[in-house]
Amino acid sequence: MNENHYNSYKEFLIREILNKPEKELNKETRDILYKIRRDKILRPVITLSYTSGSLIAGAQETYETIKRYLDEREIDADLIKTGSFGITSAEPVMDVQMPGKAKVTFSRVVPEKVIDILDAIFNNFVPEEYLLGQHQNHLHEPWEKLPFIDDIPFLSYQKRVITKNCGKINPFSIEEYIAYDGYQNFLKAINNYTPEEVCDIVERAGLRGRGGEGYPTGKKWKNTLASPAEQRYLICNAGESDPGASMERTIMESDPHSVIEAIAISSYALGAQKAYIYVEGEYETACERIQKAIDDAKSYGILGHDIFSSGFNLNIQLFRGAGAYVCGEETALIASLEGKRGMPRPKPPYPSQKGLFGQPTTVNNMETLLNIPVIISHGPNWYKSLGTDESSGSKVFSLSGRIDRAGLVEIPMGTTLRDIIYKIGGGLPESKELKGVLIGGPAGGVMTYEHLDYKIDYESVKSVGGALGSGGIVVMDDNTCIIDTVKYYMNFLQKESCGKCIPCREGIRRMYEILDNISKKPSDENGHTTLQRFKGVMHLEKLANVTRDTSLCGLGQRAANPVLSTLRWYRDEYEEHIFERKCRAGVCQDLRTFYIDVDKCTGCTICAKKCPTGAILGTPKHPHFIVQEKCIGCGICYESCKFAAIISK
Amino acid sequence: MYIDIEVNNKVIRARKGDTILEALRENGIQIPTLCRLEDFTPTGACRLCAVEVEGKDRLIPACSYPVEEWMKIKTHSQRVIEARKMIVELLLSNHPDDCLYCERNGNCELQRLAQELNVRERRISGKKNKAKLDLSSPGLIHDPAKCVLCGRCVRVCEENQSVATLDFISKGNYTSIGTAMQKDINFSNCIQCGQCIMVCPTGALHEKSYFDSIQQIINKEEVTVVAQYSASVVVSLAEEFNIRPGKDLTGVINAALRKIGFDKVFDSTFGADLYAVEQAAELSERLDKEENMPMLSSSCPAWIKYVEQAHPELIPYLSAVKSPEQITGSLVKKYCLDSKDKNQNDIFSVAIVSCPAKKFEAQRQEMTSKGIADVDAVMTTRELAKLIKLYGVDIHSIEPEEANQPFAKNTSAGMLSAALGGTAEAVMRTMYFNITGKDMPSTKISKLRGTKNFKQTKIKMGDFQLSVASVSPLNKIEELVKEINNGKSTYHYIEVMACPGGCVNGGGQPFYRDEKMIKNRTKSIHSIDDKSSLRLAHKNPVLKEFYEQYFGRPNSEDAKSLFHTNYAERKVLL
Repeated sequence: MNENHYNSYKEFLIREILNKPEKELNKETRDILYKIRRDKILRPVITLSYTSGSLIAGAQETYETIKRYLDEREIDADLIKTGSFGITSAEPVMDVQMPGKAKVTFSRVVPEKVIDILDAIFNNFVPEEYLLGQHQNHLHEPWEKLPFIDDIPFLSYQKRVITKNCGKINPFSIEEYIAYDGYQNFLKAINNYTPEEVCDIVERAGLRGRGGEGYPTGKKWKNTLASPAEQRYLICNAGESDPGASMERTIMESDPHSVIEAIAISSYALGAQKAYIYVEGEYETACERIQKAIDDAKSYGILGHDIFSSGFNLNIQLFRGAGAYVCGEETALIASLEGKRGMPRPKPPYPSQKGLFGQPTTVNNMETLLNIPVIISHGPNWYKSLGTDESSGSKVFSLSGRIDRAGLVEIPMGTTLRDIIYKIGGGLPESKELKGVLIGGPAGGVMTYEHLDYKIDYESVKSVGGALGSGGIVVMDDNTCIIDTVKYYMNFLQKESCGKCIPCREGIRRMYEILDNISKKPSDENGHTTLQRFKGVMHLEKLANVTRDTSLCGLGQRAANPVLSTLRWYRDEYEEHIFERKCRAGVCQDLRTFYIDVDKCTGCTICAKKCPTGAILGTPKHPHFIVQEKCIGCGICYESCKFAAIISK
Repeated sequence: MYIDIEVNNKVIRARKGDTILEALRENGIQIPTLCRLEDFTPTGACRLCAVEVEGKDRLIPACSYPVEEWMKIKTHSQRVIEARKMIVELLLSNHPDDCLYCERNGNCELQRLAQELNVRERRISGKKNKAKLDLSSPGLIHDPAKCVLCGRCVRVCEENQSVATLDFISKGNYTSIGTAMQKDINFSNCIQCGQCIMVCPTGALHEKSYFDSIQQIINKEEVTVVAQYSASVVVSLAEEFNIRPGKDLTGVINAALRKIGFDKVFDSTFGADLYAVEQAAELSERLDKEENMPMLSSSCPAWIKYVEQAHPELIPYLSAVKSPEQITGSLVKKYCLDSKDKNQNDIFSVAIVSCPAKKFEAQRQEMTSKGIADVDAVMTTRELAKLIKLYGVDIHSIEPEEANQPFAKNTSAGMLSAALGGTAEAVMRTMYFNITGKDMPSTKISKLRGTKNFKQTKIKMGDFQLSVASVSPLNKIEELVKEINNGKSTYHYIEVMACPGGCVNGGGQPFYRDEKMIKNRTKSIHSIDDKSSLRLAHKNPVLKEFYEQYFGRPNSEDAKSLFHTNYAERKVLL
């Protein structure tokens, strides 16, 4: 299905669908839509997930292998790139649809598997060992005895509202998006509601900002709408630099038009004639797809001047940031957009009063905006019923760490942590015990085993000292050292701080150094580290509190969260590091000590040969011993000993 | 409109729209600040002004948060004091411990904060950033190790001076202040005005001192060490010695400099008189020829550098006359030789000014004759104070003395050039004489005085009407530049000073904490003029004598060869 194929539907779609919203479709029209949606096909269709995540897993090679397969055998079939539906651990994902039959999905389709799978399916046989499941569609005849994809645990517990198209549609095709009812909500909004009414609907739906502390979106919009101005701006913040978060990237790459539609409705509600999408520069693939989506939407008349004779004008511009974490803060993002150094400024004045180029501006997280079409489509009451009383709707999380099925999950607010980890994520690999989860990125908080039955929403996460933030969930097991993890985040944050305000710039760095000190051997080059270590620990909590209390923007204010919340839940582990100089997970290299069990050592000399510092002495065939002063705790001897004679303490 | 807010359990009245900080200060409650700059939008970088507001989760920065009716504020609760103290300690943890060797020892805001917040123990320590000391430029030294990143220099440089040499570089804890492409200052577009020094709270930015060479040479028998000082120094030195701000210390400075060991002491005001006379003559000539109008003043070396690099198209409009200090300098070298067989090398000429850019100017090739600089070393007002203290001169008890001949006699017109508008006023007085042949009936031109940064007036001189303007700092000139480039400028003479308010507020002046200081200096300059009997530069008897004896008339070829210079486009990274 090449570009021309889609192009031939352009006039039809504009005439019959976009210009006639909310009308009963006749059979003829419906048939064409089925065709575009590939519900009715004449030849086999193979789709392959083709996002950054799948590309890392090798989707490009798979794609080429499939193509070669089809060419060599001269099979008349369509090969289409789609987005990703979420399970990153199953990438690359390939769907095959034979005419009349239900679509089947295969996981981890590496090039070697391609021939096996395609050989089988073109002979009307589905190789179950690679299968993820088949798709339900009343137009298609299901395969016998094959599981349905919606029944697999990863998907069955999810509530895919804003990610419903991800992995299903072709991200390069506006036609497919329109055929899947795309842009209908935008048309509904501009034809049926005034901007105030849209704000009202959003407020009644109880939508709260997904990026940070959960400020009610409707209220934020009304503030902007209330500021009189010639020009208002909407900025869609699609930058996520959190380690362990890729939701926005995946959505932009899988369903870019949903982003455009969300921005379009929101701009209408705000009276903004210009909107920006702020994407990190390194999201190359996402940027390309968003730009194409903008261009296509323009050529369909969905963006531009006097959209569908509504009198509403809108231009959307893609802005590629330089990838600074601090630009997640709205005032820093605005500065960056204005071409200045991305540094936050104090609020008030809030962007809703004085934002981009001094005009009233709303900055919304991309995920927040993606909820708008859903609310317009289903109404505020339906949306409210989706979550908890205080936090309505669904939330997308990026599940990673020590978990069986990692990936993008969308769940209604109020789902318990237990369900997320054990039902959707499939628990920890090797049935390890859960130590805790880091929630909300590097500046988020920690939830422990005790919080497994907490319902995840803004309030519950806040109550344990975290913030829902951008929605990264990193699962930790016994092999994770809390101090090491927090240290990693502090190191990330000290580098990503903009350097403007003192508590953030200097405070995070000192916290990192304190953590570094306690995860190191006390006798260091700088003779007085013992004292420093002790002092540092005494001040760590104070320092964290001051950083949280006084920092200028969210980055600094929340930077202390990992320290404060781990100090709260894992104090014993801190104390163990400090007083007993012991890392229970065995991660902090400097705190490991190794001994040789003289009864077991055969004097084979392997450990002595491998020791990088020459810390192991002994004569062959006699037990060796380790000179502790020289040992750096690297553990090479421990791993190389064939007689288990080396003991770690 | 006033509202009531509760501060420390007491109700105070605050103006609606004011920030918390303003309201507190008006009610006599002091809280520390570091990044705050009067008249600039708050950036909220230092967080030292944090206060506790009931109902707010975190501490609130008083400098940027407006007062609201419901507020209950605690300005000095334990939580607030602890936070402020910790912030200062965090700064100290990345600050070199060399206070005793520091330029700003005893005059440092960080030092004062640590003192006020009772920091008496090193609670936080850690790695310190390494930074390269930048000694490259003739006027100022940048020591990034001492920088607290308050950003005040950045704001002044960009917003006031329109130069934007300095900005934040890099991020996280590697953030630093530097120039474009992290080049040394000498290779940047820095105009050396020193306004950044004036706002720097620590010793991260300070003027480059030529103390050593002056000290070494001052006691050499065979060298005649000559000092000249300008009017802006005369009215501001008092502040360094706890004397009434603005007091005219001319006589005392003469005596002090001689005590220190200077052989001859001159007043640069003579040069300023000559500058006014030469410039008036040049303006008359341009008026006759109707070319290169308006004429732009050339006494400010920072402004000259700014034109050379940012607006080279304006070079023809610049007056060709050298600055007063350089005029005095070249006169000293040429005519001040004793009857003894001395050559120019045997004179060491020191200019004491209020400006680090003069240090740059003195090193320009254009300011030399036959390879010998007209001015050998330049000192700022602050350095003069240090020198006086170093040589143990008790300024409170010494008797005032006269300056040395021949440049002892000067007029108050020359003095005026220290304040913005003064140069224009002095030039206009002489212009009046040039055009009408009569002295100006009322010499005071009020419209060129006052505290505004842009002043303009029209002066009727016979059949002519001259239109003049004086403007500072550099951010105010863009409109004028546009007019000139479009050929739409209606002015005949424009005086430009790089520092706001002119030389009295130069980058080498005593550090002040109060805007009133600047006003006092200006007031003092104007009252000297009001009381003076000699108010016209061309009426200076010594100057007349000089012209008769050596140059004939102003703007003659001889005069031009000594007092005029030229400028060329300067290629720097803007």
